[in-house]
Amino acid sequence: MAYSDKVLDHYENPRNVGSLDKNDPNVGTGMVGAPACGDVMKLMIKVNDDGIIEDAKFKTYGCGSAIASSSLVTEWLKGRTIEEAYAIKNSEIAEELALPPVKIHCSVLAEDAIKAAVADIKAKQAAKVSI
Amino acid sequence: MSNPHTNYFQLFALPERFNIDIQSLEVNYRKIQSASHPDRFVSASTAEKLHSMQLATTANEGYNTLKNPATRAKYLLEQRGINAISDTNTAMPADFLVQQMEWREHLEEAKVAKDLPTLESLVIQLQAEAKSIQTELADLLDTKKNDIAATEATRKLIFIDKVCADARQAIEQLE
Repeated sequence: MAYSDKVLDHYENPRNVGSLDKNDPNVGTGMVGAPACGDVMKLMIKVNDDGIIEDAKFKTYGCGSAIASSSLVTEWLKGRTIEEAYAIKNSEIAEELALPPVKIHCSVLAEDAIKAAVADIKAKQAAKVSI
Repeated sequence: MSNPHTNYFQLFALPERFNIDIQSLEVNYRKIQSASHPDRFVSASTAEKLHSMQLATTANEGYNTLKNPATRAKYLLEQRGINAISDTNTAMPADFLVQQMEWREHLEEAKVAKDLPTLESLVIQLQAEAKSIQTELADLLDTKKNDIAATEATRKLIFIDKVCADARQAIEQLE
């Protein structure tokens, strides 16, 4: 199966690989995994006081499509609000990367990682308010 | 693809459970293989040839499915109407994913550093982890019939087997 040029580009030059300080109250972490292929994905977002994502980093162990999906979303996330981030659909990721049907689950993984990271930052913010 | 009409446990005359007698599986598998061997069907009708070929194929699939603990657990759950590795289910316990990430990182670092002892100790650690999940699975699937907990344990086992296979591959490439 051939990867699309966009997948290859992200796979060979992944953007925003790494991590942020997980103890920072403005950093949300989302971790998800797909047992079918053994992929594991960690996405971290840094949100400013206006609810806008300033930075995003990822670390993914998996196939090219999983790496490309997470690399792409880190680019998309910067500058968006957490609500906008939450609304990103896996179909948009799959379409942008021209993922074949057997690799759609990689985009599902990326969408779920965003949702998990947003949920984490919201939980942190709620905890901050209640203190 | 598994043949939906054949239950692999029945095929090998085994009770439908996680803890199976591997020796009986081997023996019954070989019986079917020899009974369906093409040499026995040289002068048989086309229909008989086809039937024996299908039986041999099903036996191969069934043997491979039941021999491996992770695929056996997944198959048992399928028989109970549960797809343990559905694409849309990406939630795993956070501590397990953190652990999974750490194993992957260790593997990656050891691979780059061509550090054979670390890779070997990682394989041993993963095998021990797999073993303990298998014990847990026997309890969950056979005794407690807790399919929800068993699904999570099966997903963990599939993950661990994958890292373990990748670690072994890294070792092979170094040797």
